[in-house]
Amino acid sequence: MGDVTRSLTLEGSEQGFATTRVDDLLGWARKYSLFAYPFVTACCGMEFMALTSPRFDLARFGAEAPRFSPRQSDLLWVVGTISQRQGPVLKRIYEQMMAPKWVFAFGTCASTGGFYDNYTTVPGIDKIIPVDVYVPGCPPRPEAVLDGLMLLQDKIARNERRPGVVKPRVDPVEGAEKLVQLRRSAADPRQLVSALKEEQRRSEGAAIGGSR
Amino acid sequence: MSHYVLDRLKERFGTAILETHSNFGDDTATIEPTQWKTVCAFLRRDPGLDFDLPVDLCAVDYPNRKPRMEVVMHLYSVSKGHRVRLKARVGDEEMEGAELDSVTSIWPGMNWLERETWDMSGVRFRGHPDLRRILMYPEFEGHPLQKTYPADRTQPLVPYRTEDEAGMPIHKLEPFGPEEGMPFGRAGSIRGEDN
Repeated sequence: MGDVTRSLTLEGSEQGFATTRVDDLLGWARKYSLFAYPFVTACCGMEFMALTSPRFDLARFGAEAPRFSPRQSDLLWVVGTISQRQGPVLKRIYEQMMAPKWVFAFGTCASTGGFYDNYTTVPGIDKIIPVDVYVPGCPPRPEAVLDGLMLLQDKIARNERRPGVVKPRVDPVEGAEKLVQLRRSAADPRQLVSALKEEQRRSEGAAIGGSR
Repeated sequence: MSHYVLDRLKERFGTAILETHSNFGDDTATIEPTQWKTVCAFLRRDPGLDFDLPVDLCAVDYPNRKPRMEVVMHLYSVSKGHRVRLKARVGDEEMEGAELDSVTSIWPGMNWLERETWDMSGVRFRGHPDLRRILMYPEFEGHPLQKTYPADRTQPLVPYRTEDEAGMPIHKLEPFGPEEGMPFGRAGSIRGEDN
């Protein structure tokens, strides 16, 4: 889609040809005119301010104009922790937005609830509303958010609605088993601790061996 | 650090002061719960003590103790520059008798702090003008800072989306799991896409 050679080789249905082009044109237009509704609830807001300020300059992507009415916006930035008490408000705001609309989960708390595994925090806004792009980070660097925005633009251009996740710049997949699990039930903490100690002993041994 | 405040309290109330200590200069007095309001009024009105700033009020749940809840109040005197910490132990395992007299008539600023203590820990304050929840929503059941509140119990106001509704698996994303796509590239960044 959006690919000229592919469009030219399309034969048979002229109707199909035209529809594809209109969708592409609309997607192309929409991706550079995102009107944002900033739903900023927590410390990630600081990074959001950095993102919209001239140094990182969200305006380069045509997404800098905030609209504080959900009826005039099509991109919902959920920036920060969402408590259970804010859940109905968030859902209502989302429902008031005009289609087509997109949702951006900014930071680990909006994406998964983060380390707030407790009575008061929604464990990720996707439990309440659909999410298009997740950006992990506590808070994410503005570069990661810009990458998420470009991912969103790409999705808009392709009419793609499956959620995407921005990967961190430093890839922690190697040794991911050492990351602390967020769910209490996910791993036996004793095993985790013994594995970490074993790893530490091995690396210390290697360091001593290397210095001699 | 002089023990002026504690000495005055002991002198005035005697056996109603159950115990005191001054670890690191933090004057602390555990008092008889029935004397809660009287002690507070004395601390506020006595010219030599003049505790005019209610700093904090909260409750700590000690499930193995009897009484179970320990209400903790911190006071400061702006004019004298001294502090005191008051404690009162109330309530049995079923939170029966977890009650104190409200001190909102002495410090109007205690209004919200007492509401918070009720909301979080379930300690009631007799004579409070408006003892409602302040942090949690009215539909919330129980008091989350009691040790008997299950650590994983949530009470969502909005029913969560089901996987059928969403048309895709909904789960808590693992932190930085291997399926999260490519760094700074488009191919493979979308979940469920094979490229």
